[in-house]
Amino acid sequence: MADLETFRSETRAWLEANCPAEMREPVRDEDDIYWGGRRATFKNDAQKAWFEACLAKGYTVPAWPKEYGGAGLSPEQAKVLREEMGRISARPPLSSFGIWMLGPALLHFGTEGQKQRFLNEIARGEIRWCQGYSEPGSGSDLVSLQTYGDDQGDHWIVNGQKVWTSYADQADWIFCLVRTDKTDKYKGITFMLYDMASEGVSTKPILLISGNSPFCETFFDNVKVPKSYGDDCPAYVGQVNRGWDVAKYLLGHEREMISGAGGGDRTAAIGAAMKRASARTGDDVDPVLRAELAMFDVDALAYTAMGEKFLDEIKVGKAHPAQPNMMKYVGTELNKRRHELMMAVGGSRSLEWDSEDTGGGKPARGWLRTKANSIEGGTSEVMLNVIAKRILDLPGA
Amino acid sequence: MPLYHNDDQAMLADTARGFIAEEGNIAKQLRHWRDRDCKDGFGHGLWKQMAEMGFTGMLVSEADGGLGMGHVEAGIVLEEIGRNLTPSPFLTSSVLAATALNHGSDDIKGRYLPGLIAGDHVFAVAIDETAKHRPSRIATRAEKSGNGFRLTGSKSFVIQGSSADMIVVAARTSGADDDADGITLFAVPKDASGMSHDAVRLVDTSMATHTKFDGVELDGDAVIGEIDGGRAVLDAMLLAGRVGAAAEGVGVASGAMDMTVDYLKQRKQFGKLIGEFQALQHRASHLYSEVEIARAVTIKAQQLLDAGSQQADLMASVAKAKVAKTARLAVQEGVQMHGGIGMTDEYDIGLYMKRDRALAEFLGDAYFHANRVAELSGY
Ligand SMILES: Cc1cc2nc3c(=O)[nH]c(=O)nc-3n(C[C@H](O)[C@H](O)[C@H](O)COP(=O)(O)OP(=O)(O)OC[C@H]3O[C@@H](n4cnc5c(N)ncnc54)[C@H](O)[C@@H]3O)c2cc1C
Repeated sequence: MADLETFRSETRAWLEANCPAEMREPVRDEDDIYWGGRRATFKNDAQKAWFEACLAKGYTVPAWPKEYGGAGLSPEQAKVLREEMGRISARPPLSSFGIWMLGPALLHFGTEGQKQRFLNEIARGEIRWCQGYSEPGSGSDLVSLQTYGDDQGDHWIVNGQKVWTSYADQADWIFCLVRTDKTDKYKGITFMLYDMASEGVSTKPILLISGNSPFCETFFDNVKVPKSYGDDCPAYVGQVNRGWDVAKYLLGHEREMISGAGGGDRTAAIGAAMKRASARTGDDVDPVLRAELAMFDVDALAYTAMGEKFLDEIKVGKAHPAQPNMMKYVGTELNKRRHELMMAVGGSRSLEWDSEDTGGGKPARGWLRTKANSIEGGTSEVMLNVIAKRILDLPGA
Repeated sequence: MPLYHNDDQAMLADTARGFIAEEGNIAKQLRHWRDRDCKDGFGHGLWKQMAEMGFTGMLVSEADGGLGMGHVEAGIVLEEIGRNLTPSPFLTSSVLAATALNHGSDDIKGRYLPGLIAGDHVFAVAIDETAKHRPSRIATRAEKSGNGFRLTGSKSFVIQGSSADMIVVAARTSGADDDADGITLFAVPKDASGMSHDAVRLVDTSMATHTKFDGVELDGDAVIGEIDGGRAVLDAMLLAGRVGAAAEGVGVASGAMDMTVDYLKQRKQFGKLIGEFQALQHRASHLYSEVEIARAVTIKAQQLLDAGSQQADLMASVAKAKVAKTARLAVQEGVQMHGGIGMTDEYDIGLYMKRDRALAEFLGDAYFHANRVAELSGY
């Protein structure tokens, strides 16, 4: 306990000294996020300084072991760091699918050689990963996926198509679910890792209702994937044909991440900020809207407590293994409601699509983006199915 | 502090769950006393048993003969009371009145705490004066008279007012009705002359009173805490009571949910268990999520309150509002998913609906507390 308090005061002092003022503003949109990767550029000096300070300290991935680029923080210390960063609204120094998804999978299923190589690359922001799961015919029913890897001895020849691959056009590598046995639905999928620069990989951005194109169709046309990248470094995670186990494990992480369980913008109350925002434009908040804001804040603050409880329970293995599905369901539905209310408070100004005043239509584009929250990573309906089956044990679910 | 029970609390939860399921269950208590038209609305025998378990004095310090526990522990007992719809003076006596008495002089503690801890006495609290909870407005007056006070006014929604051996009354000793200051709390004994009760049975079969004070003469030693400085004690009572009511509400919500989910696994229609219908599965899953969240925010509020945090007041209102919304959802979905049988008196689910209604109203409903969340947040 005393150690933790020392750690807290040290962390606070370190943040004070190292987190530039510009990095103490909530993330407003894509531009504010540093994703890393071969083609990455920093948006400004503050972003660079903050990233480098964290990198040196292992704080791009604070809870990972030191040998893989992390700071080796205990869960309690990681919570303190999160709280202290939250207190000053510090932005994450580095964001990536590597940190959120592939990393946890490798920590759990990876070989030492894979960890040494891939985790360090992720921690240093050198390689940007994308997630190749969904296909045109396989969304919620992911296990029906058809992209096929033909076994050629020391390599596979992969053919097929993925869709909704977030940032595929900017990613360096892909972790991809590929069918390697057509006779077994669940035990016929391999979790492969390969370079997006491989011959035969192509991507085509998809334009969304938000006007942005954060994701792509991804095509594999006779892509040669070697089975190994060297000593103790296979090109697949877990075992061949057992990639579904890895994918399932990861979906838990993805859902947890999308749920916003760690606190931050997605779970904060908004009423007070909305009142200030509307006062700035000389508007006021209708009493009925205020009432909805208050009801929202009750739900948001209660959900924040839930997030804290959930993380506390995960640490000691008390959380129900299917609980991330509940968190994802509630967290994303709340975030959609939050943006509906923000649009209502903003009035006609929040309708502007590309004005300078709105930073190029951030309110409207952000609002539209949230509609994907309850689709990506498993839809709300699928989350409810999983709760019914795995937690409530309802028949036939 | 992690947001789950520590080992001691988990042990207490096991004990409380077993004990209240056994002794405080719906057949043995709620239906038993209701069907006999009991005027108290609860059983004194169970109250005595709760004393033997140490529950009655949980929030009283060890120095004063209690267990010196906190609101997490009281909440553990309350959640089981909620789950079993157990009629009991626990919330009003052992949480609200005990909180007031903990702020009182040694003399007043000595007069009332032993009876509470022994389970011999029951206390009520008289705060509301109108049909909605408006504690900022206190019009009942206590005028100086000789060495004491003369109490005049009326209170409503005094739970178990006519069975109480003592009622903690919030009255005004100075200032105007809406002033924050000028409140004094009094311990008014059962037999005080000039106090009269109009007892009413509520929808959940509990008993409440409209209580009139017609020049009730009180000694100076009836004062709990400071004269004119009672607002702070009143606020402490309200805070403890709201967090306690939230815990009881979590029990009501999860009791109703569990009954309903069980029913979904038993009832067949169209050749299937009704729990196989996805329309019902999704509603049950949604309800489960809400109940989990209500429980989380309640333990958060309990811990903040026990830690003496400034945040406790806000979180108490968040918890009270969230639980009220959640328990409402649970009982509505519960009755609906039971179909016709849900409307029958024979089946317990309707009793949950009635209890939720009364409990949510007590110390402020979801609207009151959502509004309070907005005010405390600055809008
Ligand atoms: C912003 C965004 C980013 C994404 N990023 C990636 C990525 O990086 N990589 C990747 O692989 N995928 C990604 N996805 C894809 C995402 O995982 C899928 O969209 C999602 O799994 C749903 O699949 P679908 O779109 O085919 O919808 P469908 O499965 O066709 O669903 C259509 C509707 O039917 C409902 N439905 C389906 N099955 C059931 C059922 N059993 N019971 C009840 N209702 C049901 C759904 O809930 C939904 O409302 C992304 C999606 C979005 C929106």
